Amino acid sequence: MLKQTNYLTKVYGLPEGWKLAAYERECDGYQTAKKVLTTMSQADVVNEAKKANIRGRGGAGFPMGVKWSFMKPHPTKPAYLVINADEGEPGTHKDRTIMELNPHSVIEGCMIGCYAIGAHVAYVYVRDELHLSKARLWDAIKEAKAKGYLGKNPFGKDYALDVVVHTGAGAYICGEETSLLNSLEGKRGEPRLKPPFPAQSGAFACPTTVNNLETIAAVPSAFKLGCEEFSKLSSIHHLNDGGVRLFGVNGHVKKPGVWECAVGLTLRELIYDLGGGILGDKPLHSIIPGGSSTPVLKADDVVHAPDEKSPLHAWHGKSVLDVPLGVDTFRNMGTMLGTCCATVMAEGTDPVACFHNLMQFYRLESCGQCTPCREGSGWLFRIAEKLMEGTCSMEELNTLHEVANGIMGNTICAFGEGTAMPALGYLKKFRKEFEAYVKGQRGTGVLNQMETSWGGRA
Amino acid sequence: MPFALTPERDRELTDILTRYPTKMAACIPLLHLCQEQNGFIDDDVVTFVSHRLDLPPAHVKGVVTFYTLFNQHKVGKHQVWVCRTLPCALRGANDMLHYCEKKLGIKAGETTADGKITLRTAECLASCGSAPMMQVDKDYHENLTPAAVDEILEKLRS
Repeated sequence: MLKQTNYLTKVYGLPEGWKLAAYERECDGYQTAKKVLTTMSQADVVNEAKKANIRGRGGAGFPMGVKWSFMKPHPTKPAYLVINADEGEPGTHKDRTIMELNPHSVIEGCMIGCYAIGAHVAYVYVRDELHLSKARLWDAIKEAKAKGYLGKNPFGKDYALDVVVHTGAGAYICGEETSLLNSLEGKRGEPRLKPPFPAQSGAFACPTTVNNLETIAAVPSAFKLGCEEFSKLSSIHHLNDGGVRLFGVNGHVKKPGVWECAVGLTLRELIYDLGGGILGDKPLHSIIPGGSSTPVLKADDVVHAPDEKSPLHAWHGKSVLDVPLGVDTFRNMGTMLGTCCATVMAEGTDPVACFHNLMQFYRLESCGQCTPCREGSGWLFRIAEKLMEGTCSMEELNTLHEVANGIMGNTICAFGEGTAMPALGYLKKFRKEFEAYVKGQRGTGVLNQMETSWGGRA
Repeated sequence: MPFALTPERDRELTDILTRYPTKMAACIPLLHLCQEQNGFIDDDVVTFVSHRLDLPPAHVKGVVTFYTLFNQHKVGKHQVWVCRTLPCALRGANDMLHYCEKKLGIKAGETTADGKITLRTAECLASCGSAPMMQVDKDYHENLTPAAVDEILEKLRS
């Protein structure tokens, strides 16, 4: 269901749309925070938030309201809200647009989020490379402080609120929430064992909620509209997947970009209606639906869900391109929705070369803490190298499965799965192409065969 | 001479320290300040940071070696990062990298002889919808064409 909306994106593209004046004029800026802080109890805010059915926009899709409800007041320790803006999953380019073009939605979302969980400070962890994002957020904080929205008595309420921008220094792993917390505390960004979960012991060993940046930026829109109404904008509201979100598309499409739509958009609509179709009007080859960790789908994949109880049953026998992009719908297709930014490959793209490119990424970004991931990611990449060189044996190809399965479930954080799942996905979907490489019929090795600014080869 | 921050940056550090409940949390922001001043982080900087934040030097060194953006050696005046990850590669990032290498006469990871430019590859810079792209110091350059890259590199060399 293609339904474009503009809750977050209304100020995108306006002159100085990132300034407070535009946010107040176009989005009733900070009026929602005012209403929430001055008329609702903290428990009411959490209960209301649950009705929005906002599934975490960072990739795991955990319901935001439920996460907020895990926060219990501690007798001596303060609580913290931490916002994950360490956007770095290959194929994901949505959070940056919010920080650059609508930073005040983040600040207002933080105010409501802090109030809901009993925190007075929100740390927004932005990856260091995003200099414009950091500058826009700091400016927004300064403007909000000048107006008294942030400070000791926002809207006359005795509830001090502050937002702080913190940056990393280049490490994909810091997008993992516990690794992010270590990095915030000034340590190496190595993930922590869970339990304790952040709600019990997070930032500075205090109760903490970690929300993705897009998740928190959606909060003012949800509360402004009424959380249930907001949820119902989605065509899969009945699957507890509500509201609107940002959809991105990149790779071999004519118009790569980011759009805000109601949840329930399909890949076909994202690629052909919003993305303008495939470059050169070539046939579609494959899609990575939501960031490189989500297993690849083939253009001709069909949904298999004969069980009437499956959330996918309504799409049984249909093309995967026609399934609404939802957390549970995509999980049941053997992949994940992830960050909802799809990478599109046109016919002629070599899947083995894609696999090689991705395995290099995971090899370089493994933090090295757990042996299965540290050694496994290197092993996967070395075999990928041998495949590309044409020196990989059938035995080594089969070892890929063993290594990837050896990582799954055996590491402290989900980076292990994030490496193994796409590896196994490529092996399962493109076994023939992998075997061809082993048998000496190497593929083209080409990723950019399309007419792009850097020349096409097709 | 031992490393010390300029007075202006020292004031910035004082401000940074007010943001967190622990001194340790200022470790990464302080390292950024030091690198901004010194260009890279050597043992003198590590000593300075460990004194300033009451941290063991081994802790500071551990942090420095963990993160990609902390330079442990002298680098060029300008840093050029070419994103090489899949979404950029699908739109020609590899060709673009080779083009830069040829034009600068260096390989990725190296610095030009005049010390002006260090060329490196980056892992996904969250700019997949405007690929191919490169980051030059603090700025993103997106939807690049050969002509645009020519212009960027010329400007850096002049």
